[in-house]
Formats: sequence, C-alpha cells, structure tokens
Amino acid sequence: MSGTQKCSGMENKLVAYLDGRAKPAERRAVEAHLAMCAECRVRAEEFRALWNAMEDLPVLSPSPAFDASLRARIAAEPVRRGFWEWLPSPRLAFAVTALVVMSVWLSSMPRIASNRTRVEAKVEAKVVQMAAEADYRMIRDLPVLENYDVLSKFDALSELPNSPASVTQEPAEQVQ
Amino acid sequence: MARTDVQLMLDVKAGDEQSFELLLRKYRAPLVNFLYRMVRDPGVAEELAQEVFLRVYRARKEYAPSAKFTTWMFRIATNLALNSVRDNRHRQMEISMDQSVAMGDEDQPAMQVPDDAPSIEQEMVARTRAEMILKAVHALPEKQRAAVLLHKYQELDYDEIARILECSESALKSLLFRAYETLRAELAPLVNSVRV
Repeated sequence: MSGTQKCSGMENKLVAYLDGRAKPAERRAVEAHLAMCAECRVRAEEFRALWNAMEDLPVLSPSPAFDASLRARIAAEPVRRGFWEWLPSPRLAFAVTALVVMSVWLSSMPRIASNRTRVEAKVEAKVVQMAAEADYRMIRDLPVLENYDVLSKFDALSELPNSPASVTQEPAEQVQ
Repeated sequence: MARTDVQLMLDVKAGDEQSFELLLRKYRAPLVNFLYRMVRDPGVAEELAQEVFLRVYRARKEYAPSAKFTTWMFRIATNLALNSVRDNRHRQMEISMDQSVAMGDEDQPAMQVPDDAPSIEQEMVARTRAEMILKAVHALPEKQRAAVLLHKYQELDYDEIARILECSESALKSLLFRAYETLRAELAPLVNSVRV
C-alpha cells in the first residue's frame, strides 16, 4: 500500500523520527507508514547507515595559536564608549542632571523679572508724563504769573497773610 | 553549579573576562570544525572562528538573552561562512585531507587530528572515506549544507537551526530530508558498506 503521496508526507517527519525528536503523533504516523511502505523502510535504514558513516569525519583541533591570535585581535579593537560611559559614576550623572535642571529653571527667572520691570516702567512713564504735563502748564502760565500788574490786582492775593518781614516789623512800629 | 551559556554571556556583558574565556574554551573546537566543514579551508575556518568570537565580544554590551547562546553564535558563524563561500575567494583552493590531517608537518601546524596510531592502510581508508563525506557535504546547496552540519554534527534543536537559517521548522525538516537523500545517493558505497 505504498503511494507517492503518502511517501511525500514523510519528507518533514522521517528525519525527526530517526533522530528520536519526533512528537508522539508524528512518530506513530511514521511507524504506521513504514509498516506499509517497503521503499521508505529502506530509506530509513539507509539514513541511519548514512549517519553512522558520517561519524567517520575527523574532528579537528584549533591551532595552539588560536587563543593568542584572538586575544591580539581583541586587544587591537578600538575602545568604543557610549554616551553614559563618559560619565564616570551615577553620582556624577545625577549632579550633571541636577545642574541642567537648575540651569533651565534659572533661565526662566529673568523672564518673570522682565515682566515686573515692564509694569513698573509703564507706571514710571505715566508719572513722568504727568510731571511733564504739569511743567508744561506752569510754563504756559509763567507770563501771567510774572506779570506784576496782574499779581498786584489779583484779589485772591489780598487774602494772603503778610510776608514774614512785614509781620516782624509790626511790633517795632507798635513800640514806637 | 555550572553556569549556563546565557549566564556566562551576561557575566561577560557585566565585564567578566573570565566568562568569555570559558565560552571560548567550550566552543572554539565545535566552531572551527563547523566552519571547516562549511568552507573546507582550515586557515579560513580558524580566521572565521576568531571573527565569530570577536563579534560576540564586540556585541557583549548589547547582548540580550532572547535566544540560546548557541543559536546566536552559530547564526553569526553560518552567515560568515556563507559570505565567505559566496565571495568565492577560497573556493578555488582545493584542500586535500592530506593537508588537513597532516600531523607533525611544520608547514601545516594549524589543524591537528587526534592520533590513534592506526595502520597506514587503515589511515588511507579513513582518509578516503572522510574525503568522500566532505566532498559530498560540500557539494550540497549552501543552506542544506549548513542544515546538515548543524543537525548532524552540532546536534542543535530544530527550532535553533530554523532560527539560524531563518526558515520554519517544517521547511527545515524538508530541507534536511532532501539533503540526506542527496547524501544517501552520493555516499552509497559508504552507506552500503555500513549496512553490510
């Protein structure tokens, strides 16, 4: 009851069966097939014989210079250092990180200060503007203020108390 | 308790050079043999084996135990061997077994075969058989050759070999079947003598 189709099913089962690594289901399938197929029985027998024959290949030993040569090649390797390997210790890595964080934080500080300055400068500008306006008004009124006639006839001034000089002179006149 | 290969490699990663020495001692002979059977040039095999260890050492810092150490190592070795064969730099150099098994020959100190002091006749027969096997294995397509060597001589698991050769386990088993079918035909005289 041998058939080509059935034998082709052995292609991915026979080797594992012969080396003892087939799964139980596969092993049973191969055994069932071998019981029926003389051609595959011969093949299986010859595979085993082939593997025995292949044992005759001599085992070679590496040359005595193998290790020394390999060590020399390893020693000649350029030393590759990763980024973190440039940092000698975790403590230093932490310190560098802390420094970076501090720098970032400090760099944000002037921005707050400048905000404050801007507000203060605004107020200051307003004050300066108001002072300038007052000065302008005074300068504008200066001709009037310096005019003696206007001032002498200005009724409001008559209500002012006398000058200190005239006040100090009065008791003397009273004594006389 | 002996450390596993993965543990040794993780120790290498942590800077333990002694663990690298242990891996070197354990795998230099299997690697040299595998590579010799792949490229059939003892000098190139040694050079490639050193390159494998060099790459393992270089990659130690990035090593992550996602697979068996042998899977990783033989994957590097297989790729190097296939590249070397494809480069065809050494294909023309037909190395005879006389060179590879020469003992005490000052011109060929690279490879040494254990001397069991066989008779000259036995030695001749053994050499002829070994030469036949090597030629037949080397005549296989590259992927089949690597699969046979990793299966027959390194005895790696199917999932390991499949990962090394970047194929499915089922495809690997078919690959091995076809390779052994070819070898069965090519080495029929040896096979029949074993059967008799």
